[in-house]
Amino acid sequence: MTLNQNLSTVESGLKSELRKKGIVIATLEDFYNWGRRSSIWPLQFGLACCAIEMIATACARYDLARFGAELFRASPRQADLMIISGTVTKKMAPQVVRLYNQMPEPKYVITMGACSIAGGPFIDGTNVLKGIDRYIPVDVHLPGCPPRPEALLWGITELQRKIDGQEIEKNEWYQRGLKREFPIPEFGPKGLIPKFNPDVWRPETASRRRERYGDPILLGKKTAAPKFETFGDPNVKVGTV
Amino acid sequence: MSPPVLEKTFQASDPVLQDTETFEVNLGPQHPSTHGVFRMNVKLEGETIVSLKPVMGYLHRNHEQIAENMSYLGSMPYTDRLDYFNSMSNNFGYALAVERLAKIDVPERAQYVRVIMAELTRLVNHVSVIGFLLNDLGAFFTPVLYAFREREKILDVFEEVAGSRMMCNYLRFGGVKRDLTPAVTERIKKIVRGFPKFLDEFEGLLTRNEILCIRCQKVGVLPYDLAVNAGITGPMARASGVNYDLRKVDRYSIYDRFKFKIPLGKIGDVYDRYLVRILEMRESLKILEQALKEIPAGPVMNPKFAALAKAPRNFKPPKGEAYGRVEAPKGELGFYLVSDGTAQPWRYHVRAPSLINLTVLEDLCLGHKVADAVIILGSIDIVLGELDH
Repeated sequence: MTLNQNLSTVESGLKSELRKKGIVIATLEDFYNWGRRSSIWPLQFGLACCAIEMIATACARYDLARFGAELFRASPRQADLMIISGTVTKKMAPQVVRLYNQMPEPKYVITMGACSIAGGPFIDGTNVLKGIDRYIPVDVHLPGCPPRPEALLWGITELQRKIDGQEIEKNEWYQRGLKREFPIPEFGPKGLIPKFNPDVWRPETASRRRERYGDPILLGKKTAAPKFETFGDPNVKVGTV
Repeated sequence: MSPPVLEKTFQASDPVLQDTETFEVNLGPQHPSTHGVFRMNVKLEGETIVSLKPVMGYLHRNHEQIAENMSYLGSMPYTDRLDYFNSMSNNFGYALAVERLAKIDVPERAQYVRVIMAELTRLVNHVSVIGFLLNDLGAFFTPVLYAFREREKILDVFEEVAGSRMMCNYLRFGGVKRDLTPAVTERIKKIVRGFPKFLDEFEGLLTRNEILCIRCQKVGVLPYDLAVNAGITGPMARASGVNYDLRKVDRYSIYDRFKFKIPLGKIGDVYDRYLVRILEMRESLKILEQALKEIPAGPVMNPKFAALAKAPRNFKPPKGEAYGRVEAPKGELGFYLVSDGTAQPWRYHVRAPSLINLTVLEDLCLGHKVADAVIILGSIDIVLGELDH
């Protein structure tokens, strides 16, 4: 699924001309997507710190209801959106994937906070999963530790934009006989098995990293740690080898 | 039209109803009223709980291990994420432990700022906990809306002084990061003035509420002896009549200068825990009023350690051990540190009140209905980040 603007076949000039006379022209897709995006039902389930900010977003001051997403459902069978709010540990990851499998199509995922994106501050922990996108597809990533409620609102509106751009006939969840079951990881002697779902996520290859960032590490040479004492001194370059 | 007549009515003494078998229910870990990712294996006889086994570890984030591979100051942001409702109290406990280890003095003004922040955190915690407790009772989200309205006001203060709403990372060894500006002090004063009015409103809605009374009174009674033997601390112990508050017992920081009372419960049921929290908030407001009146001018950071933030690896406390403890809103929060003279702690241990208060969960729940287990868990006031750390 890619983010593409829904191109209407009706000319925009004609559209605005008709609107002045009180006639609104829209495609079926527009109406369908408008209905879908205006009543997103998130799954009510919090994992860690970010869950509190999620609750704060639903409360009076930030008022998620303005975007039609206030109805938190406790059952995954009734939810469209899964907000993964917090650290996913290796013990919790199978449950998260299972919950995702139980949600009906179409379903969306927002990862809230650095932990669920890539492990966040707890990335050194042996028990912490380094990103839930290894097992399930993610639509919107929300960085922050924790993200502010405004950031979650931004995430929801971004998801709404994505829903607006989806075409009914081409969407995979609308195809007949679709069966999207994501394999649930199991506990092995050294972490989870499998380590990631290859349909969803693959480890970055060295060439791709080079494509993006060039050669940041000089091979064969050890880099020294930056000298923290020299911070603030303009004459000394910090972090030089 | 006459009402339909049932062919047969079941009596309680019928053998069909007598012959029941135990039934196992799994609550959690994604259950919305387990306050995070906590799981309970409950065995039921009818609807009565026969046994309850908690399953933990769904949010185990290797907190202690990470802290042992890190500089002392580096763990300060991690303590925020222990009990994510009250990061300031956690910072306070950790700062006290390190200051005891390295024998650092704290300026007068910084002490007052710390106390103000710790008490504001207590307000945030208690008000949210009561909101969530009512959520568990079935008052879906209405009390939480009231509670979070007040919480946001206090979080604004935190944001202004620390730069972050929840994860404050505000305290430093030997002081605090930033000074309170006059605008912030005014804002805190305004909150302290307005809070009793909110508490009256909140209590007017809840305290005499018939449903709340029926559901909470005589439910989950924690006897005095059990509370003492199991090492329960915080509002939960005080609801059972245990007169133990570190602010009075240990008199850490400058708590010996303030006049306040320790509210104690008599029965130790869920209702007492609720009331103790409300009364504690009123006492916290008294401390805040006195602190705001007495707060002196001056530096907020020990000048010797002001440069520490820029070079945390240079901070090497002498060999030894230290235990710093504070009365966090959930109970006694302690940090035990062992230093071997290097930049990293050799051992770092957290005495998490949520974990220790949870140990009596089964004793409280036995003989009650399933729905009561949820309230009892809510009244224990656990936070999973701290429970599993």
